Amino acid sequence: MFNRNFSVRRLPGFGAIAIFTFVILYLPIVILVVFSFNSGLSQARWEGFSLQWYEAAFNNRQVRDVSIRSLWLALVASGLATVLATLAALGTTRVSRFPGRTMIYALINQPLMVPEIVTGIALLIFVAAIKVQTGYTGMGYLIAAHTAFCIPFAYLPIRARLETMDITLESAAADLYASHWQAFRYITLPLLVPGIVAGFMLGFVISLDTVVITEFVKSAGQDTLPTYMLGQLRRTVTPEMNAIATLFLALSLCIVTAFFLITRKRGA
Amino acid sequence: MAEAPERHGWKWLLCAPALVVLVTAASGPLLIVVAYSFLTPGNMGGVVWEFTLEAWFRVFFRRDIFDPESITFNQAHLTVYWRSVWLSLQTTFICAVLGFPTAWFIATRPPSSRTLWLFLITIPFWTNLLIRTFAIQEVIRNNGTINTVLLQMGVINQPIQMMYTDFAILLGMAYVFMPLMVLPLYAAMDKLDFRLVEAGYDLYASRVQVLWHVILPLVKPGFIAGSILVFIPAIGAYVTPRVLGGGRTMMLGNLIALQFGQGRNWPLGAALAMLMLIIVVGALVFYLRWANREEARNV
Repeated sequence: MFNRNFSVRRLPGFGAIAIFTFVILYLPIVILVVFSFNSGLSQARWEGFSLQWYEAAFNNRQVRDVSIRSLWLALVASGLATVLATLAALGTTRVSRFPGRTMIYALINQPLMVPEIVTGIALLIFVAAIKVQTGYTGMGYLIAAHTAFCIPFAYLPIRARLETMDITLESAAADLYASHWQAFRYITLPLLVPGIVAGFMLGFVISLDTVVITEFVKSAGQDTLPTYMLGQLRRTVTPEMNAIATLFLALSLCIVTAFFLITRKRGA
Repeated sequence: MAEAPERHGWKWLLCAPALVVLVTAASGPLLIVVAYSFLTPGNMGGVVWEFTLEAWFRVFFRRDIFDPESITFNQAHLTVYWRSVWLSLQTTFICAVLGFPTAWFIATRPPSSRTLWLFLITIPFWTNLLIRTFAIQEVIRNNGTINTVLLQMGVINQPIQMMYTDFAILLGMAYVFMPLMVLPLYAAMDKLDFRLVEAGYDLYASRVQVLWHVILPLVKPGFIAGSILVFIPAIGAYVTPRVLGGGRTMMLGNLIALQFGQGRNWPLGAALAMLMLIIVVGALVFYLRWANREEARNV
């Protein structure tokens, strides 16, 4: 069975299935985006190019409100989570095994392992009890919930960066009589920046995406963009929702691309 | 590294702020859920602080309203559990069957274009699950893309009802969780030593034999990781069955949520949430044990 073109990497049919999978993954998204520019109501019949649904979305006061709330919630929560995760990463890397280390890892990664619905109802119960006691119904609950949920995502790239960093530079700083703080401020921190930026971006995207936890924690009038959309999907959906989803997708795509470029440069 | 680590005995204190937030806003509340599952439901939601096992009893059984002595299995609940587990297993299977060739395809591209393909799989992973579910809804609903196109072509006379069925949930979950299977499989294949594959062919193995006896055992860790990563969010799914399954075809997540909404039975909801955690931990233990046993046998 001699075949000049024989490749050990080829498995017949796999390429076709892979292309099929990619098409299936992208086709619905492409349809969603294309029909956000449709002038009619249909999701299948093209009736001409129009920006009317974008106009409708921009003029929809509720959509504006929930988008702004989503964005600043994501900024605040991922900012806090990044600071906390950076400290935690500094505390857990390059240290000898100490009692309770596994416990700390488990706590940090816990939001990843428990289904979101369980965390959601747990927070609902907890928040309801605090509300009864204090009467506070502000955004604090959502900020705390989102921050906790973003910590593991922010922690991963920061810790990865710390672990691959060149430790000799810090030793050199110490040899040159830099204090702990100076070595951290002028050596460790600047080297850590790509990891911190990546962690912040992941946290930001995760906070923007979080539906279930927000749905159960929010008080009246605290809808974010995803919970607003979830509520709207119950009704007859117009392409205005396509327009909103497309803008949302574009934002995520920008962040993910930036994240990809930052982490790739690190590897190179 | 060589640096003396014991000098930094205080360093773990840096974790303290993060741990405080995590315990108050993630782990701590879980313990409250355990407590609530043993309390009596209040009239308007909430709980009355009286210990009872009623919630756990009602997870599986029901009492006749007129005859409290007659106890039957709670068929409605059992149907939901069965649907959740079965749909999650099917989702994992579909993701594995389509995800394996996809990961293989990516892993065997030349390094220059591999990054691009990998990026294409990563994008859906980081885009909003709700938006992707919405995209599926627009494709399969009665006046959605598929039905409109088929009607126009004259293939069907009336729209095929796909929304609000188990099929819709299955399709939606396989769609949104696919990257979770492909990424760990790719990671395993990326490390695959192709000399072993070549050795298989040199020893006159067919493609099927090489796939079965060489490649699959070598990428098994990727399969295990991918299956866990797909199965766990599938069993905990809330958004996808809510949007695509409607009110009739619920999954466990929706049944839990219902108890905190119209159901107004918080203890039952808490007990159901604990049941979900038990299933998740059980699945994890099962997978890991199975993986370890296989490993021990292969060594």
